[in-house]
Amino acid sequence: MALDKATVARIARLARIKLPDADQEAMTGDLSRILGFVEQLSEVPTEGVPPMSSVAQQGLRRRPDTVADGRIPEKVLGNAPASTGGFYTVPKVVE
Amino acid sequence: MTELTELTIAGALDGLDKGDFTAVDLTRAHLDAMQAAGSLNAFITETPDRALDMARNADARRARGEVEPLGGIPLAIKDLFCTEGVLTTAASHILDGFVPRYESTVSANLWRDGAVLLGKANLDEFAMGSSTTTSYYGPAVNPWVSSERPNAKLVAGGSSGGSAAAVSGRLALGATGTDTGGSIRQPASFCGIVGMKPTYGRCSRWGIVAFASSLDQAGPMTRTVRDAAILLRSMAGFDPKDSTSVNRPVPDLPAALTGDIRGMRIGIPKEYRADGMPDEIETLWQQGIAWIRDAGAEPVEISLPHTKYALPTYYIVAPAEASSNLARYDGVRYGLRVPGDSIQELYENTRAAGFGQEVKRRVLIGTYVLSAGYYDAYYLKAQQLRTLIARDFDAAFEKVDALLAPTAPNAAFPIGEKEDDPVAMYLNDVFTVPASLAGLPAISVPSGLSADGLPLGLQVIGRPFDEETVLRVADVVETAAAFPARP
Repeated sequence: MALDKATVARIARLARIKLPDADQEAMTGDLSRILGFVEQLSEVPTEGVPPMSSVAQQGLRRRPDTVADGRIPEKVLGNAPASTGGFYTVPKVVE
Repeated sequence: MTELTELTIAGALDGLDKGDFTAVDLTRAHLDAMQAAGSLNAFITETPDRALDMARNADARRARGEVEPLGGIPLAIKDLFCTEGVLTTAASHILDGFVPRYESTVSANLWRDGAVLLGKANLDEFAMGSSTTTSYYGPAVNPWVSSERPNAKLVAGGSSGGSAAAVSGRLALGATGTDTGGSIRQPASFCGIVGMKPTYGRCSRWGIVAFASSLDQAGPMTRTVRDAAILLRSMAGFDPKDSTSVNRPVPDLPAALTGDIRGMRIGIPKEYRADGMPDEIETLWQQGIAWIRDAGAEPVEISLPHTKYALPTYYIVAPAEASSNLARYDGVRYGLRVPGDSIQELYENTRAAGFGQEVKRRVLIGTYVLSAGYYDAYYLKAQQLRTLIARDFDAAFEKVDALLAPTAPNAAFPIGEKEDDPVAMYLNDVFTVPASLAGLPAISVPSGLSADGLPLGLQVIGRPFDEETVLRVADVVETAAAFPARP
C-alpha cells in the first residue's frame, strides 16, 4: 500500500519525531516501499493460527514484592541533560 | 613466538598458563594493533588504560594461583552493551555522552571470568542495519579486500560490524555481538570469522540497549568454533533481572566439540535459495553437504515452506518492538536534548536530531503497524506468520538433528551500495531471520571464498538449547573447510 504524505506526517507526530515538510516526500517513498514488501504476508491464510509474541516457553517469573535497591538518586539522574533538586527538569507543562 | 594477535583464545589461555607471555603483553599487542588499524573504524571508544589495569589484575590473580576461564583475554564489546563508567552509544547521536552507572549482565559475566575490555565496537545505529553504515560514527571497514575491486572499501556487515572487523583484523581475540535478525552471523560471514547466536533466553538481555526484545540475543564472535564455545560458556547463564532469561545450566560447551557427527541427520532446507544468489554460494553449500556426509552424517532434504515470509514478518515485528523500545529516548533522562518551547517540541526536536534515517524509518513503520486500524492487518498477521515459521522448524527437527544452509545470499559489498533502497539492504538477512524468529541457536562458520577472494559462511541451525549439537557440527565443517583465515 502506498502511504500519502498526510499519513506519514500523522505517524511522525505519533512517534514524536519532527519531520520537516522537505523530508516528508522521501520518507513517504521509503515507507511505502517497505510496506509494499511486507504486504506479501496477506497471501498466506492464517485463520485460527495463534499469534506468537515470544518464543520464551515460560510464563513471566514472579518475585517477592520487596525493595531490591534504591536510594541512588544521583546514579539515576547522573545522565540527565538537566536536573535539579533530585528531579528531571523539562519545559513548563502546567500553566 | 607466534605473534600474540594471531593466537586463538584457546591458544592464548594455554600460553598464559605456561607463562610464555603475560596478560599485559597480550593486551598491549592488541592495543598496538588497534592503533595501527584506525582506518577500520572498528571501535567507537577505545579503553587502553582500563584494559591495561584489567590485564595487570588478571596477571596478579594468575600469580596467586587463581584459575579463570578467560583470565587475561582481551575482547571487544559491541557498543550496545552498557559498561559501567564507559561511554555507551549504540552508535546513535541520541545517546551522546551516556555513561552507564551499571554493567550489562553479559559483560559482567566476562569480567567475572577474567576477560579484558579493549574498547566498545562500532555497529549500526541501535543495531538496525546489515552493513554498519548507519552508525553515527561512520561505517566500520571490512579488513578483507576484493581482488576485483582492490580499491573499494567493503562493508563489514552488520549490525555487529565493528566486532567482526576487530576479530577478523586481529585487533581483539574475540568480541561480543548481538543478533536480532542476523546481526552476529551475517557480519561473521562477511569478515571470515565465526559468529554464534545462541537460543533466545540463553544470554541475559539485561543492560543491552534494546532493539526488538522478543528477538535480541547476545553471542560470541571469534576466529574458531572452539573459541565461540569458550566465550559463550562465560557469557551465558540465568539472570533474574531478565524476565526471558532461561533458568537452565550452561553445558560445558567446548566439551561438545568431539569431531564426531556420525549417524547425525542434517537437514538441508530446500527453500534457502534467493533470487539472483550467486552460483558460488550454491556450490559452497553443496561442498558443505559433502563435508558432513564424508564425516558420517546423513544429509536429508527438508522443507521449511514459510521461509520466504520470514523477512517480511521480521520487518513488521522488529520495527513494532523497536518503536516501543525507542520511545524512552526523549531528551529527558539521558543523552541528547534539543530544546523546544513545549515538552512536546522538546521530544520531537530531540528525536529528529538524534535518530538517523534508518532508525526513523523503523520507528515510523513500527508506529504505523501498531496504530489503530492497522494492527490486525500487519502486526497480528506477522505474529501469526511467526507461529507458522516456528512450526516449520518444529516439524523439521522431528526428522533431523540440525540444519545446514548458507549464512547470507552474498559476500561483502562496497560501502555505499544498497543504500538507495531500504528493502535491498534488508535482503542480506534472508537466511538468518528465520532462526531469529523461531529463537533457535545458529552459527556461521567461514567455509570458503567467493570468486573475488571474499569470505563466505555456512550456517548451522539447531534445536532450542541444543548449542552443543550446533557447535559439534560447526566444528566438523570448520575442520573440513580449512578456511584460509586471514584477510
